Amino acid sequence: MADVAFQHSSVLGVRTAAKRTGLKNALRRKSTIAFLMTLPLILLITILVIYPALYALHLATLNKAMTKFIGFGNFEFLFKRETFWMVVKQSCIFAVTAVIFKALIGFIVAHFAHNIPSKKQRKWRGMLLVPWVIPPAMSTLAWLWLFDPSYSAFNYTLSFFGIGPIPWLGDAIWARFCIILVNVWFGAPFFMIMYLAALKSVPDQLYEAAAIDGANWWQRIWYVTLPMMRNIIAITTLFSLIVTFANFDITRILTAGGPLDRTHIFATWAFRVGIEGGDIPLGASVSLFMAPILAVAAIFILRDISKRGNEA
Amino acid sequence: MAEVSLRNVVKRYDDVEAVRGIDLDIADHEFVVLVGPSGCGKSTTLRMIAGLEDITDGDIVIGGDVVNDVPPKDRDIAMVFQNYALYPHMTVAENMSFGLRLKRYPKAEIKSRVAEAARMLDITDLVDRKPKQLSGGQRQRVAMGRAIVRNPKVFLFDEPLSNLDAKLRVQMRIEIKKVHQKVRTTTVYVTHDQVEAMTLADRVVVMNKGRIEQIGTPNELYHNPATRFVAGFIGSPAMNFLPCRLEEASGKLNVRLTDRLSFPLPGSRAARYQNVPRGEKLLLGIRPEHLTEGNGHAAPGVEPFDAVLDVTEPMGMETLVYFTLEGTQVCGRVDPGAGARDGAPLRMAVDLNNMHLLNEGTGVVL
Amino acid sequence: MSTLAIDKSGPRRKVKYGSMSRDRVWAMRWSYFFLALFAAFSLLPPIYMLITSLKSSAEISAATNPWWVYHPTLSNYVELLTSNQFLRFFWNSAMVSIVVVAITMLISVPSAFALSRMRFWGSATLATGVFLTYLIPDTLLFLPLFKMFALFGDLTGIQLINRWYVLLLLYPTLTVPFATWIMIGYFASIPKELDEAALIDGASWLQTLTRIFIPVALPGLIAATIFAFTVSWAQFLYPLVFTTSTDQLVMPVGIITTLIKGDVFNWGQIMTGALLGAAPPLLIYAFLMDYYIAGLTAGATKG
Repeated sequence: MADVAFQHSSVLGVRTAAKRTGLKNALRRKSTIAFLMTLPLILLITILVIYPALYALHLATLNKAMTKFIGFGNFEFLFKRETFWMVVKQSCIFAVTAVIFKALIGFIVAHFAHNIPSKKQRKWRGMLLVPWVIPPAMSTLAWLWLFDPSYSAFNYTLSFFGIGPIPWLGDAIWARFCIILVNVWFGAPFFMIMYLAALKSVPDQLYEAAAIDGANWWQRIWYVTLPMMRNIIAITTLFSLIVTFANFDITRILTAGGPLDRTHIFATWAFRVGIEGGDIPLGASVSLFMAPILAVAAIFILRDISKRGNEA
Repeated sequence: MAEVSLRNVVKRYDDVEAVRGIDLDIADHEFVVLVGPSGCGKSTTLRMIAGLEDITDGDIVIGGDVVNDVPPKDRDIAMVFQNYALYPHMTVAENMSFGLRLKRYPKAEIKSRVAEAARMLDITDLVDRKPKQLSGGQRQRVAMGRAIVRNPKVFLFDEPLSNLDAKLRVQMRIEIKKVHQKVRTTTVYVTHDQVEAMTLADRVVVMNKGRIEQIGTPNELYHNPATRFVAGFIGSPAMNFLPCRLEEASGKLNVRLTDRLSFPLPGSRAARYQNVPRGEKLLLGIRPEHLTEGNGHAAPGVEPFDAVLDVTEPMGMETLVYFTLEGTQVCGRVDPGAGARDGAPLRMAVDLNNMHLLNEGTGVVL
Repeated sequence: MSTLAIDKSGPRRKVKYGSMSRDRVWAMRWSYFFLALFAAFSLLPPIYMLITSLKSSAEISAATNPWWVYHPTLSNYVELLTSNQFLRFFWNSAMVSIVVVAITMLISVPSAFALSRMRFWGSATLATGVFLTYLIPDTLLFLPLFKMFALFGDLTGIQLINRWYVLLLLYPTLTVPFATWIMIGYFASIPKELDEAALIDGASWLQTLTRIFIPVALPGLIAATIFAFTVSWAQFLYPLVFTTSTDQLVMPVGIITTLIKGDVFNWGQIMTGALLGAAPPLLIYAFLMDYYIAGLTAGATKG
C-alpha cells in the first residue's frame, strides 16, 4: 500500500536548523576552490598581458622623456612620417600574402598527404612539420646564409642556368619576397597539420555520394571538403593572421627592416624606434597601431565562426 | 541502521520542476525500485539521494540523519552507474579499492574486502586487468564490486543494466538479486524497465512526470494498480483499456463495450462498483492474459465473445492475438493450439474477475 | 517460398579490371612526387645548416660548391661545445625552458580542470578570455613591459632588466593560455560519470584531479609540456629586449649577437650554433612526434 508516512518526521531527531547556511557553505567551497585554482592564470594574464596593453595606451600619450602628456602628439608625428605609412602598407601586404600562401600550400600538401595510406603518412608528416619545430630564429639564420650576397647557395645554383646573382636581401622587392618566402616556409606546416586533421574528419560517404552525383575532383573539394572545413579554416586563418602580422623574428634577422626601411613591419619598427631609438612612447604608438587592425580581423572571423555554429 | 526517507523532496531547474514533492520511506535492508518512463524524475531523485544534485526543497534522511548538505563522500553510500564509470587507468583491484585507499584503510583489510567481493561476483581472475580488457558484463560486475567493498549504508543503482544486451541483462538481474540476498544492504534501484522492477524489488515506486504514482509490492501494483498510468505501465504486453459504460438492468450490473457487446459483472466485482454512476463513460482495464480463447466451459465471471483477429504473434509458449473493438486495438493471449490465424475469427473469453474500471479523465482506478 | 530469379541476361558494361586501380596508382604517384617536393623544400634549410656546419672557414670562403662538403671537419662543433660562452647560452636556455614548463603546467592544469569541470560563476567567460589573450601579441606588449619592469626595478631595487630570470615571468604569458586550452580539451573528453564515481568514492576535488584526471589525460599533459618547452626555447623578442649582457643571454639571442661579430660572419660556427640551438626541440619532436601533433590538433578541433 502507499507508504506516505508523515508521522515519522517527528520521531526522527531532525537537524534542519543549519540547512540554508549549510547549503551556502557547500556551494561556496566548490566555487572558492575553483576560483583559487584559476587564480594564478587570472593574475598572470591581468598583470602581464592586460595591464601592459592598457599601459601601452598610456605610454603612447607621453613625450619621449616620458615627463609630459602630449595626447595624440605621437600619433600626429607618425602620420606625417612616410616611413610609418610604408610600415602599415608593408605589414598588411606581408601578412595577407603570407597567410594566403600558407593556407594554400598547407591545404594542397594536406590533400596529398591524405591521399597516401595512413601508415606512410606518419613519416611524411614528420618531415613536413620540421620547419615549424625548429626555432624560427635558428632557421632564419640558415635562410640568411642561403641569401648571403656573396656566398648564396641559391645564386650558385642559379648561375648554372645563366641567371645572374640575385640581390636577395639587397633589393627591396626581392627582400620582401624573401621574407614572405621564409614566413611561408615556417608557417605552412601548421596549416598542413590542421587541415590534415580536418580532412580526416570529413566522412568518406560524403565524397562517395558526391562522386555518384557526378562531381569531379575540384567540385568535390568545393562542395564537400571546403564547407565541412569552414570552421578550421577560419580559426587557423585568424591565428595565422595575428601571428604573421605581429611577426618579429624573421624580419629582424633577415633584413632588420632594410633595405631603406622597405621591409619594416610594425614589430621591427617599434623595436627600432622604441628600444634602439630609446623613444618608448613612440614605439608604443607604433605597436598599438596593430591593435585595431587585429581587432577588426578577429571580429570578422569570430563572427563568421559563430554564425556557422548557429547554422549547424 | 540504514533507512532512507524522502520528505517532500523537490528539484527545480530554472522554471522546470523535475521532481515535484516526493515522499518515500525505505526500510533497512529493503530493495526499492524507482521505475518510470524517461523524464519522470527517477534518476534525479536517485542523484539527490547520492548528493550529486542539490535539493531545491524537502529533506533526505539517511540512517536517521538529514543529509541535504552532506557531500556524497560523507553519506556512506555507494553507486553503480549506467556507464560503469570505471577508472580506465586502474586495474580492477585498484578500481574496487579506490574509495578505501582514499580513506586510508589498512592494506590487509583492503585486500580481504576486495577478495571477498571479487569472490562474490565471480571476478577473482580479473582483478589485475584494466577496464578496457573487460566485457560489458564484467565491467558491470566490477562496478558492483566497487560498491560492495565500501560496505555502505545504501546501494544506489542508476539503470545499471541498460547498456547490456538482453541475454546478459537477465543474467545480471539474477546476480544483483543474489548479491542483495547475501549482503542485505538497503538498495535504491532506478530503471525504466518494468520487468527489472517487478523481478528485483521488495517494493516498487512508479514515477511519472516528477511525482509518485503508486508505491507497492510488485504483486500489489500488478493486481491493484491505483492509476491508469500504473495499470498501463506495469505488465507486458500492457493492459487493454476499452471504452465502456456501466449499465443496470433488472438489478444486475453490466458493462457495455459496444452496441452488441455487453457483459454482466461477476459477483466478485459487483459490490465494488455499486456506487459508480451508471451510463458514464469509463474505461475497462483488462490484461491480455485474461482475454483467452473460449473453451466452451462456463465459469463465474468468464464471458465468451467472438472476435475477428487482425494479427497474431506466435511466441512459442503462447500466441498473442490482436483484434479491434470499436477502433481500439486489443491484445489477448491464447494457447498456441487454439487455431488463431491472421484475419480469421476466433471464439474468445474474457475473465472479468480481474477487471478494472477506470475514470478516463482522472486516470483513477475505481 | 518464392525464389528470386537473378537476371543474368542484361547488358554488361565492359569492365576493365585495373582501370580504377590504375587511376589510384597515378594519383598516388603524383601525391608522392609532390610530397617529396615539399619535403625537400621543408628540409632544405636544416640540411644546409648541417652541411655548412661541417665546413671549415677556409672551405666556406673558398666558395666551392655550397651544397657539398669536401673536407668535413668537426672543428666548429668542438669550438662551440668547449666555449664557455656558448655553454652558458645553452645552460640559460635549458634552465629557463625547464622552469617555465614547470610553471606553465602548475598554472594551466588546475585552471583547465577548474574551467572544464567545476562550473562556477564566470567560468565560461574566463575560458573564452584565455583564448582571446592570444589576440594580444608579444610584439605589442614588449615595450610597455620593458618600461614597467624598469620602473619596478627603480621602485623596489629588484633588478628586472637584463636578468635571465625575468624571462621566467614573461614566457608563461605565451605558454599558459595555449597549454590551458589543450588541457581543457582533454579534460572535457573525460566522461562526467568518472568524476561522480570519484566523488562517491570519497575523493576531494584535488584528489580527483591528481589521481584520476591527470593519469587519464596524460597524453594531453605530455603534449602541453612539449609545446611549452618548444615555445620557451624558441623565444627571440623577449630575451632580445630584456637581456643584454652576454652571460644572461639565451641561445637564440646569444648565437645571433655574439657569433655575428660586425661584418665578419663566421658562418661555419653560426650554422653549427644554429643547429645545436635547434637540436633540443628537434630531438623532442623526433621522439614524441605523435604527442606533439595530437596536442596541436586536439587544441584546435576540440576548441
